[in-house]
Amino acid sequence: MKWSNIKYLILRRVVQLGLLFLYFAGNYWGWNILRGDLSSSMLFGKMPLSDPFAILQMFAAGASVATTALLGAVAIALIYGVIGGRAFCSWVCPVNMVTDAAALLRRKLYIDKIERKVWISRNLRYYMIIIALIVSAITGLTAFEIISPITILNRGVIFGFGAGLGLLVAIFLFDLFVVKNGWCGHICPLGGVHSIIGKFALLSVNHTSENCTLCMKCKEVCPEVQVLNMIGKRSEIVSKIECTNCGRCIDVCNDDALNFSILNLAKK
Amino acid sequence: MSNEKKPEISSRRRFFTDVAHHGGLAAMGVLLWGGFATKAKSSPLTLRPPAALPEEDFLNTCIKCGLCSEACRVRPQNIDKESGKFKEPTLKMAKANDNVTTGTPYFKPVDRREATLVDTLLYGHIRGEVIENGVPCYMCEDIPCVPACPTGALDITKVTNSKTGELDFKMMDMGLAVVDTNSCIAYWGIQCDACYRACPLLDDAIKLVYDRNSRTGKHAFLKPEVNMDTCTGCGLCEVACVTEKPAIYVLPREVALGKPGDHYVKGWDKKDQQRVKDRVQTDVTTHNKRSEKSPEDYLNKGLEF
Repeated sequence: MKWSNIKYLILRRVVQLGLLFLYFAGNYWGWNILRGDLSSSMLFGKMPLSDPFAILQMFAAGASVATTALLGAVAIALIYGVIGGRAFCSWVCPVNMVTDAAALLRRKLYIDKIERKVWISRNLRYYMIIIALIVSAITGLTAFEIISPITILNRGVIFGFGAGLGLLVAIFLFDLFVVKNGWCGHICPLGGVHSIIGKFALLSVNHTSENCTLCMKCKEVCPEVQVLNMIGKRSEIVSKIECTNCGRCIDVCNDDALNFSILNLAKK
Repeated sequence: MSNEKKPEISSRRRFFTDVAHHGGLAAMGVLLWGGFATKAKSSPLTLRPPAALPEEDFLNTCIKCGLCSEACRVRPQNIDKESGKFKEPTLKMAKANDNVTTGTPYFKPVDRREATLVDTLLYGHIRGEVIENGVPCYMCEDIPCVPACPTGALDITKVTNSKTGELDFKMMDMGLAVVDTNSCIAYWGIQCDACYRACPLLDDAIKLVYDRNSRTGKHAFLKPEVNMDTCTGCGLCEVACVTEKPAIYVLPREVALGKPGDHYVKGWDKKDQQRVKDRVQTDVTTHNKRSEKSPEDYLNKGLEF
């Protein structure tokens, strides 16, 4: 396997595991680099970073939130909104490693060939956002945060695992046997929120159709395959908001038909 | 195309069907999710970190980041002198099997339970093995957990002295220690002052009340009594208690305390009279099932209330 075929995959794993390690070290050895968890963190003990979706649910549930967390949410929204797009999902979120593992195993076991198709709308995640906010308003709890496999896995690494680990196994099995990319590509409302936040971000994948040999390897690995609708047809950037900028399509492309572009706006 | 096989329907009908479809699915989602969320609220016996908002507000304001728990753990005072490592912190982040809303911080001064299947699967505990991992609150003078909170779920004003503007650990209010006077051996007449000595607010939050032991006629009872106004609910007494299951234990104040209401006033207490003056005047007549009936019915008709 060539380095150029796994470059972004390895980089992503380094970032994901590195962040988990920093969170763990913050609690275990008291390193003051990254404290807290993905819901809300302190960078170098000064810079707050908070999950905007968690803050939204807190407002829906009737909370009055202190400025530190609000600033943190603005910071996160700006980082992804201006630069990264939906990069949280593929570069930061630890559940991505679970669902990627399920997707890999799915390909290796040829499950797509034997399974009966279960269809779920890819827009379900946006409904999940609305439902999460409604449930938060009704119950006075942050509805998604109490079941979020993302923070359960994240907190598990930092503070120790509990029965919530079962939920992650369930998601793995769901992605493996029920719906391809079921969790990250269909259901997860946080992914929906990050899709919306990242709509106008600078970073995106660019397709050069002149170089494309229509091998379709990119479509095989893409977790949001609908965003690659221009492959082999038009030279343009991947503009659908569900693209997680994971770079896996760039990795597998041997024809230099896919690349990251940071001048999204200029090309438009 | 498979679409052609479907019977033609007008766009008007399609619209209504779509609305019903989406509305129905959304209602199903709200019901399932809402049902689970209602169940997922913590047991009412949960002890929260110092300066936590009232439980309802705490649950919607806590972002579950664990910064309080880390501040509790990662401090020089919490280093185990033998191993040189940080000890278990007081504040734990609730796991799905803890009977506390997942991800929220809580503490248990004494947590003695038998290993469950989850403990066996995850940590290799033998089934039935007794696990002890309770930690009381040591009432740090600088209260590191509270300023760490980014959302205000731990409200720093609750532990800030309004006159000096400094943090005051005596203003902490996690719960209230309650003595089971039947199990407390000091109430039997056996000399024990373990809780009294363990209390960080020595001779204030727990006082020893001297009583004559009329059974022997020549001994004294030294009964521990909790001062409800100053007890912070740290749980050090619960840990120190010598009985098999602690005879003094911490409960959340909402659970441990009653409320006399506005009907009753301490006529001899100026403060209490002020309370009645300040209150918003409401109807003080009792309205319940019983008050709807006349007392004569009880006497004449033998009605039960």
